[in-house]
Amino acid sequence: MKRYSIFAVAREAMRYHAGWERAWRSPTPKKRYKVIVVGAGGHGLATAYYLGKVHGIRDVAVIEKGWLGGGNTGRNTTIIRSNYLQDPSAAIYEKARALYEGLSQDLNYNVMFSPRGLLMLGQTEHEVRGYKRTVHANRLQGIATEWIGPERVKELVPIINIAGPRYPVLGALYQARGGTARHDAVAWGYARACSAMGMDIIQKCEVTGIRTEGGKVQGVSTTQGEIDCEQLAVVVAGHSSVMAEMAGFRLPIESVALQAWVSEPIKPCMDVVVMANTVHGYMSQSDKGEMVIGGGTDGFNNYTQRGSWHHVEETTRALVETFPIISRLKMLRQWGGIVDMTGDRSPILSKTPVEGIFVNCGWGTGGFKSIPGSGYAMAELMARGHSPLAAEFGLERFREGRFIDESVAAGVAH
Amino acid sequence: MLSLTCPCCGITAEETEFAPGGEAHLKRFGPGSSDEAFEGYLFARKNPKGVHFERWRHAYGCGKWFLAARCTATLEVFGTYPAQTTQPPAELIAKIKAKRPEWEGWA
Ligand SMILES: Cc1cc2nc3c(=O)[nH]c(=O)nc-3n(C[C@H](O)[C@H](O)[C@H](O)COP(=O)(O)OP(=O)(O)OC[C@H]3O[C@@H](n4cnc5c(N)ncnc54)[C@H](O)[C@@H]3O)c2cc1C
Ligand SMILES: [Zn+2]
Repeated sequence: MKRYSIFAVAREAMRYHAGWERAWRSPTPKKRYKVIVVGAGGHGLATAYYLGKVHGIRDVAVIEKGWLGGGNTGRNTTIIRSNYLQDPSAAIYEKARALYEGLSQDLNYNVMFSPRGLLMLGQTEHEVRGYKRTVHANRLQGIATEWIGPERVKELVPIINIAGPRYPVLGALYQARGGTARHDAVAWGYARACSAMGMDIIQKCEVTGIRTEGGKVQGVSTTQGEIDCEQLAVVVAGHSSVMAEMAGFRLPIESVALQAWVSEPIKPCMDVVVMANTVHGYMSQSDKGEMVIGGGTDGFNNYTQRGSWHHVEETTRALVETFPIISRLKMLRQWGGIVDMTGDRSPILSKTPVEGIFVNCGWGTGGFKSIPGSGYAMAELMARGHSPLAAEFGLERFREGRFIDESVAAGVAH
Repeated sequence: MLSLTCPCCGITAEETEFAPGGEAHLKRFGPGSSDEAFEGYLFARKNPKGVHFERWRHAYGCGKWFLAARCTATLEVFGTYPAQTTQPPAELIAKIKAKRPEWEGWA
């Protein structure tokens, strides 16, 4: 792999950019791998990457039915934060946020991580109390967040209307080191690094069956033939239940649509991320100038990557009250992704009833921020059989009643 | 936007008038059952990509619960029926089977 650098850019500028090599190979699948990862979203690619980088396991294939990063990883609104309530969540989200800080250097790929600061508005007394509690919890966890008053909010976000009318801004939970990153670049950067380690990324190859024998995984059937493996990682977000069904078990997951939309690009007007959970909307401004907006999920099971119109209407209406200047903006594009929801709004990183099969799913509406931490923990779980970061996120927590309840921290979909 | 017909009051309305209530026909396991059965009842879901039987409530109408058969891969609603039953009506199953010959059945 040729490294990207200022010198490479200069060199290529002199020769009409003819010397750039492809970022990753597109090989035909081998008959057998030590590890197969299904799903080339951020979590699948990061799992493969840390398997190779940290544990030296490089006989790995990442199998993707569409194109890499074409699932939720390429559809999300890229909010990164670690201000969750429970200790296990804080640990894995903070690990991820910390890894994001050095990810561009680590991957030699600019993921455009922008720790621009993130505010979660308190707009009811109840919400204010909830967020103050989160600030205290975060302090104990060693995560830098603070509670700020409405004047400070107005300073940080001049375009905000703190005076209501219906839901005045009473303050905000502020994480100065939260922010955003470029979602495609995260997938592409990991893919390039995996490919450079000799791993095979196989796109346009759908897994259609899982072969097991005596309760142990043997391999997968795909649209490009049979492939054997010793270990199988199922990292397919909204399709997790479909894959579990292939392996003969059920998951505590329901798939629903979550949407986002962006406005026409305008001049820079907001350099932080603002989430307004009471009115159910959030907004940030992309580097291109578009206002990036998201809201709530649909309540019914759905695999169509198409959500219901009324969410777009309700969220936009709420944000127009919060940010009056956006009332004249034209919306440019709207899209949806299928997110994998668990009952306690926390993910699942776990062994399964089938030996050799591992699942990483349930990130629901908020798993972009966790990609590096999740891949790191998942790789450790697969290579060593145990990972401190993943330990609390096992499937057995549902049977044992050990939920990691993040329904408040996950308030609005993000 | 889904359009559903409430079998209780007969009104057909857009989905904003209804509240979704998750998978239908779950068999309840309570105290005294095994941990596995209880866990399955509370958490494990089919979540199929295809025909799904589900609960809805006519929240901004008559307020009653009812059941629906719907395809999660196309959003097609096959039909709705009253909740006072342990299995979908035979005509509805036949109708779905005719439209989705590859469907493996409701159980
Ligand atoms: C609109 C929207 C906004 C969001 N906003 C945020 C946000 O601001 N911040 C945040 O942290 N998170 C956000 N999220 C959530 C985040 O996008 C996801 O949690 C995360 O991207 C999940 O990554 P993944 O790798 O698990 O899944 P994906 O990126 O969906 O990857 C799974 C891959 O598996 C593939 N696959 C499925 N079935 C098969 C098969 N049978 N064979 C082969 N391949 C298969 C799919 O094609 C897909 O590419 C948002 C999500 C959406 C939809
Ligand atoms: Zn009714």
